[in-house]
Amino acid sequence: MSAEFILQQLLIGISLGSIYALIALGYTMVYGIIQLINFAHGDVMMVGAYVGWYCVTSLHMPFLPALLTAMLACALLGVVIERVAYKPLRKSTRLAALITAIGMSFFLEYGMMFIVSPQTRTFPPVFPQTIYHIGPVIVKYGDIVIIAVTVVLMTLLTLVVKYTRIGKAMRAVSFDKDAAALMGINVNNVISATFAIGSALAAAAGVLVGVYYNTIGPLMGIMPGLKAFVAAVLGGIGIIPGAMLGGLVLGLTEVFVSAIGFSTWRDAGAFLILIIVLIVKPTGLLGRNTREKV
Amino acid sequence: MRWTKYLIWLAAAGAFYALTLALSGAGFISRFMLMTMVQICIYIIMALGLNLITGFTGQLSIGHAGFMSIGAYAAGFLASTYGGRVSAALTEALGGAGGAAVYYIFILATLAAGAFVAAAFGVLLGLPTLRLRGDYLAIATIGFGEIVRIVLLNTKALGASSGLPVKNSVGWTTAYWLMLLSVVLIYNFVNSSHGRACISIRENEIAAETMGINTTKYKVMAFALGAGLAGLAGGIYANHMYLIHPNSFNFLKSFEILVMVVLGGLGSITGCILGAVVMTVMNNALSAFPEMRMIVISVLLVVMMIFRPNGLMGTTELRLPFRRKAAGGKEDVTHGL
Repeated sequence: MSAEFILQQLLIGISLGSIYALIALGYTMVYGIIQLINFAHGDVMMVGAYVGWYCVTSLHMPFLPALLTAMLACALLGVVIERVAYKPLRKSTRLAALITAIGMSFFLEYGMMFIVSPQTRTFPPVFPQTIYHIGPVIVKYGDIVIIAVTVVLMTLLTLVVKYTRIGKAMRAVSFDKDAAALMGINVNNVISATFAIGSALAAAAGVLVGVYYNTIGPLMGIMPGLKAFVAAVLGGIGIIPGAMLGGLVLGLTEVFVSAIGFSTWRDAGAFLILIIVLIVKPTGLLGRNTREKV
Repeated sequence: MRWTKYLIWLAAAGAFYALTLALSGAGFISRFMLMTMVQICIYIIMALGLNLITGFTGQLSIGHAGFMSIGAYAAGFLASTYGGRVSAALTEALGGAGGAAVYYIFILATLAAGAFVAAAFGVLLGLPTLRLRGDYLAIATIGFGEIVRIVLLNTKALGASSGLPVKNSVGWTTAYWLMLLSVVLIYNFVNSSHGRACISIRENEIAAETMGINTTKYKVMAFALGAGLAGLAGGIYANHMYLIHPNSFNFLKSFEILVMVVLGGLGSITGCILGAVVMTVMNNALSAFPEMRMIVISVLLVVMMIFRPNGLMGTTELRLPFRRKAAGGKEDVTHGL
């Protein structure tokens, strides 16, 4: 394997990993706050891709407004999902919540299929098909956009979580929900905000996937959703930098598994990593060990 | 007392079986209906296994289709690879009728092998992962189911992505009696001290451990038994459906079985039987509208979780009213069949 080849794969891996990281952030934020694996998250990404596609094809929007519209629409969708399906279950068992999340996921998939028909759609090219040669590496315009959008969104997220009132409230709620409520934080609003932010990030990932791979379909969210979850667990679920790291590690692993000639085994690799991480260090790469209390 | 009760139920089950034979002989039960009935049996066996893991032991497993595919491929591979030779040799040695009878035993042996291999995988997966709690275990089992599917898709000896053709050699009779056998097995397991240990793990794992219950051992036991039943169901499926394909045992299948168990009642044998019957009939009735079917199922599931989080039946069992006073009356195994 030549150095150019490795560099080229590295670039593809980073692009793919950025998308996983964007989706994983939503999983990890929601899990950090209400300890729920939001299975519908991958499907929110799918809805985002469809909104973006509609904006670009029917409303003839350029890329950036389409991206923002999709993010806004999905933020709303995320809040509605939380209020309708998850909020009534906040006090019930985790099994019930998890099953509801899976039900919600299938509802979004097949509801979408019912509305837009099961056929896949082609995303029109929104970027110039420019190709840059940086040294020996071929860089597509799309790669640059993906990485740029991801970096901007992640920086924004970090700033929001660290320096704003709502970010502080989120950290407080994820640390101790009851104590935060006693301090006068409106926990319901914080949870809604978390869903809104997470879903908006997923929508951004969905539009990027649609633009980068050119096709979208109602079931496109399942695999990236599961893999982004793997990424979140890999980095340590509930930890925001962990999701970014996990996404990148997963993207790179997948690309290199394909590159050495095992492309049909790519998905198995991701899940194998998941099981190994769960067995060896269930708290993830960046996780701390916490003792279980009775 | 116990034995007379068993005999009564055996007689009832036999009478129901004779009735179905008579009805299908007289043409009241079409081939399609008979096929649905076999499917119901397959799904009841699956649901019983998952109910033991999720309903009675409280361990969420969403990779049950993975065990089903392992059983299906193990049984299907044996039947399709050695079936022809075994059948020819038996016919030569014992003549037509005798050969066919012994061949049937061979097919049953492949089913048992499928169940055994799946149970072995259950132990293999269970030993390391059952230390994980709740959500993490669910994710590990999803990962397992996907890995099995991808491995099967890439294994040339098992037909890879074109699937494995298997001769149809198992019908209503086998499916029905094996289903009854599974019900009896699970019923007796759940009502034994092992079963109570499993239930105590569901109720409070830490308390169970404090009372001296080896939680890992019982979790693995439940996992192995549940996986074994899924393997058995897979074997029946393989020997009934003419062709098995890795993608028919995907996440969706695991989810459907989970819905059957959840709908009927986590921790209720009659409940999950009812769930399997209702879901299979509904699936077949709505097969012309696949999207609508999934929408109905998912909405049903969400509404169910919000209003009755333990399923329609909860942990209670259906009992015939006149037997209510008898201690531990056997549930109606022929329900809805």
